[in-house]
Amino acid sequence: MEWAVIFEPDNVALFGNGIIITLWLLVSSLAAGAVMALIFALLLTGPWAPLRWLVGTYTFVIRGTPLLIQVYLIYYGLAQLEWIQLRWNDVWPWTYFKEPFFCALLAFSLNTAGYTAEMLAGAIRETSAGEIEAAHAYGMSRLQTMLRVVLPSAIRRTLPAYSNEVVMMLHATSLASAVPNMLDVTSAASRIYATYYLPFEAYLAAAAIYLTASFCLIGLFRFTEGRLLAYLAPQKN
Amino acid sequence: MQSYFLVILHGSLLTVGVSLLALLVSILFGLAGAAAKLSGRPILVGLATFYSTIIRGIPDLVLMLLVFYGGTIGINTLLEKLGSEATIDIEPFAAGVITIGFIYGAYMTETFRGAIMSIPKGQMEAAWAFGMSRSQTFLRITLPQMVRYALPGFTNNWLVLIKATALVSLIGLQEMTYLAKQASSATRSPFVFFLFTGALFLVYTSISLFVLKKVNARYSLGTKRGTL
Repeated sequence: MEWAVIFEPDNVALFGNGIIITLWLLVSSLAAGAVMALIFALLLTGPWAPLRWLVGTYTFVIRGTPLLIQVYLIYYGLAQLEWIQLRWNDVWPWTYFKEPFFCALLAFSLNTAGYTAEMLAGAIRETSAGEIEAAHAYGMSRLQTMLRVVLPSAIRRTLPAYSNEVVMMLHATSLASAVPNMLDVTSAASRIYATYYLPFEAYLAAAAIYLTASFCLIGLFRFTEGRLLAYLAPQKN
Repeated sequence: MQSYFLVILHGSLLTVGVSLLALLVSILFGLAGAAAKLSGRPILVGLATFYSTIIRGIPDLVLMLLVFYGGTIGINTLLEKLGSEATIDIEPFAAGVITIGFIYGAYMTETFRGAIMSIPKGQMEAAWAFGMSRSQTFLRITLPQMVRYALPGFTNNWLVLIKATALVSLIGLQEMTYLAKQASSATRSPFVFFLFTGALFLVYTSISLFVLKKVNARYSLGTKRGTL
């Protein structure tokens, strides 16, 4: 074992940069995914059957295929379409498709949106009928009931499942290394492995980084749950 | 063009093979882990907790690269120290099966532990009262009953496991995803090939869901469902 190599300034910088890219990928894909998930969940529980069916198909496909295929489809597949090739040199939104970071981000966001939408839709459906009746009894409209009663409680009740999804997404960001020219933590480890031929040290260091990040995220969610879901906890005598 | 589709279709057999073998490995690890966690012996409990916590905190891909690249060097260094001339290469197939099995064993540990704990204690006590040994109790009483409790979690783990097999393409196993990537760089039309592979995965997961639903119905026979 030659751990000294990992702690050389260059390699520490490589991992440091990797951590920033990984976390940035995670945060931005979760943020974009959460917004999409909220819209999808509302459509999934909404009154329009064709939209329900459409979003249902979307989540079925996203949840039934490997993320790696989705990343390839966006990074290699979309780049093949002539329609995009014509535009990606100068027409605004399409210029992004030339950047590997954006392609990975798009794939991750669409993926997490699919999973989160189903969780949130489940929580919305499980809202107890009494709460909704009470809201109606107070004279709230459908929109008001949704915004004031159903959503605040449904989002809170999604938290425990969502914390799993966040840790899963952290791990999923390692797939960014399958896209050329990305330098996340896993790619940094692969580069160190290729340069020094030290697979154990390189990948164990990466594993330690992911492990630390996972525990921090789990701790964060436990704390948040303790604050936001205190009213659902079993009563203490 | 058409022959590439056939090649990918043929590669799906490898995907099915890897996933089924990995499932077998993960069930073994899961049962061992659950038994250790429930054994009440501090060392075993500690080991199993360490296993299920650490593995679930590290990405599948990193573990796979660690086993595939690190494992080869590790085994060969060990052989060299033992004075052997031979070198061993870990096959991507074996590395994939072992790593995926090992990883999902950690998830199965939790699923099985929860399932065993859901079985009323009186069942096992009755078995002991009849003079059954520990292994008899497990095979005759615990195992058939835990299937029902374990199935929802098991189904989830299995679906995630199927999708994890796509990662084995990154260490060079020529399954569907790998072949799709090759076909797309050869023909310069990645879109269709990745869509086709995605569709094959959907077919595989849908068949799995159908089969597991049947199994669930079989093992839930005679259980009373509460109605509100």
